[in-house]
Amino acid sequence: MDKTPQTDPRQSWTFSNSVNSEIRRAAATGIYDIRGGGAKRRVPHFDDLLFLGASMSRYPLEGYREKCDTSVTLGTRFAKKPIELKIPITIAGMSFGALSGHAKEALGRGATMAGTSTTTGDGGMTEEERGHSEKLVYQYLPSRYGMNPDDLRRADAIEIVVGQGAKPGGGGMLLGQKITERVAGMRDLPVGIDQRSACRHPDWTGPDDLEIKILEIREITGWEKPIYIKIGGARPYYDTALAVKAGADVVVLDGMQGGTAATQDVFIEHVGQPTLACIRPAVQALQDLGMHREVQLVVSGGMRSGADVAKALALGADAVAIGTAALIALGDNDPKWEAEYQALGTTTGAYDDWHEGRDPAGITTQDPELMKRLDPTAAGRRLRNYLNVMTLECQTIARACGHNHVHNLEPEDLCALTMEAAAMAQVPLAGTNWYPGKPGF
Amino acid sequence: MTTLDMSTTPLREVNVTLQEAAKSQSNSAYEITNPRGSHAVAVGLDGPLSVTIKGSTGYYCAGMNKSATVRVEGSTGPGVAENMMSGEVVIEGDASQYAGATGHGGLLNIKGNASSRCGISMKGIDIVVHGNIGHMSAFMAQKGNLVVLGDAGDALGDSLYEARLFVRGSVKSLGADCIEKEMRPEHIEILKDLLAKAGADAKPEEFKRYGSARKLYNFNIDHADEY
Ligand SMILES: Cc1cc2nc3c(=O)[nH]c(=O)nc-3n(C[C@H](O)[C@H](O)[C@H](O)COP(=O)(O)O)c2cc1C
Repeated sequence: MDKTPQTDPRQSWTFSNSVNSEIRRAAATGIYDIRGGGAKRRVPHFDDLLFLGASMSRYPLEGYREKCDTSVTLGTRFAKKPIELKIPITIAGMSFGALSGHAKEALGRGATMAGTSTTTGDGGMTEEERGHSEKLVYQYLPSRYGMNPDDLRRADAIEIVVGQGAKPGGGGMLLGQKITERVAGMRDLPVGIDQRSACRHPDWTGPDDLEIKILEIREITGWEKPIYIKIGGARPYYDTALAVKAGADVVVLDGMQGGTAATQDVFIEHVGQPTLACIRPAVQALQDLGMHREVQLVVSGGMRSGADVAKALALGADAVAIGTAALIALGDNDPKWEAEYQALGTTTGAYDDWHEGRDPAGITTQDPELMKRLDPTAAGRRLRNYLNVMTLECQTIARACGHNHVHNLEPEDLCALTMEAAAMAQVPLAGTNWYPGKPGF
Repeated sequence: MTTLDMSTTPLREVNVTLQEAAKSQSNSAYEITNPRGSHAVAVGLDGPLSVTIKGSTGYYCAGMNKSATVRVEGSTGPGVAENMMSGEVVIEGDASQYAGATGHGGLLNIKGNASSRCGISMKGIDIVVHGNIGHMSAFMAQKGNLVVLGDAGDALGDSLYEARLFVRGSVKSLGADCIEKEMRPEHIEILKDLLAKAGADAKPEEFKRYGSARKLYNFNIDHADEY
């Protein structure tokens, strides 16, 4: 007799295998999932925008002949010594402790060769990065680990961290495995303990206090250094406006795709707004205050290519910062370590247990043996190459749109592929002259 | 003794003068008159120098001090001696919130009372408060000693690391992971030394010691209610 036909076994979209695996993991361990990296879900991003290029109404510039400037100056508002960069791409703050000393050195080498700045992170300033970074931004974080007036004066700029895109409203986290003697010493903490950095600054609350805090820092450093304020992509219009009010020279705005060394997955995936959605409100705030280009805007969170850079600049940013992409250029998640990723229960491209300190690529670790795998000179060169490629790509696009400086890119050079991206970037949906929320429609 | 009158001298000039004098290792003495609650007075000093402020100051007085001695003949606003590295800061009156926040070293000597979050995230500084301290004091305090001759407010030493807390009066409540600990001879010695340095009229034996139970040092699901 014929068998009764059966429907194929059907997986639930709501309860997918991946969702179920997380439920089983939670049930077995009783603790939320902690990981590194940024949001992994797909959110509207720069891929959803296109440049229009030149045509009858716009003249392009000759690719190999006509100049297209990429220089950017950060900190022109109050600082006596603004930072001059050759390219509009900076290296974002990544903590020593999360990263090895070699990785910090490699970031410094690569950035310096490319003519841009690097940034310290939670845990203080290391000799590796100060020594190898021609321009170093010193982060002023709620934890104040390793904070001291000498390093403040050795820095080229100071970045007050209010938030991070991966976890707006969250503090730092560095688990016991990575708290070696050197890391613990710099943080004035015992070796081997889980270390949670505070999410609020210990000695100010709100923008009125912050204004006085900035006065103090400027008085200590002789009004020389640009002061940046870094905010996560939470309420970009008001946060930017208040940062300007508090006296920032530069606003650093980090969207939800922005990486982190270690945070709860639920935080990374469910708190904060996509980078694309943050830029226009921030630029609007600057324009409303008459401060666009006066206070520079640095955008980060998911920057991967010169096209991403060009799009961020076209929407009004002055520069971008990269974290994850810089680590990948150094050698993070490289397929050559696939066997070791497999042994850790993961695979190339998905490795994100940076907090465990067992990084096969030797970047997010404090293990002396693993650290040796990263040659800081070679890795620095790779980062330099990558930064150069991003810059060339950005210039290619700017020339195609007829601009002799990448800062002349503008929203009118763009269209959007989706309604969401059109609404967030406030540029017309491709083939139309309309975007959701456009005045007059 | 050089006098800087803040009713006629701008803050920038006051700080530059003091910072240069400290750097020159001249060990000289300065007096600041009419501070009138100004913020960031005598900040970033790095070297032996004696500064007396005749009146009350605003936020962050003597911030990031190194080696210098700053005496305030009045009260101070929030964050006095924040992130101090070394030297001494003496306040004849009261101190507002976050006194000595994140301090790495030196002595902060408060003759009056201190408000909430005194010694928050302290990293090696010694703080002596002759009066009382407010709530959430020594929150996440990492290292150093906090000595209180009077009473402590709510949630003392919440999420404490290795800092030592000595209180003579009452403690309204202890924060998460903060417990009373045995006062051993070495603690009596530390306390004796600090009381002497601060010119405090109290006996070490009158104090109780509080410190970290160290239960929150590594995540344990059974302690999740504490957070
Ligand atoms: C390993 C790692 C460590 C980080 N540490 C810090 C930090 O200490 N302070 C901070 O403000 N941001 C930190 N960040 C966030 C970056 O500064 C930046 O906002 C983010 O990486 C930008 O997004 P992207 O990774 O998509 O380029 C870290 C990011 C990574 C990947």
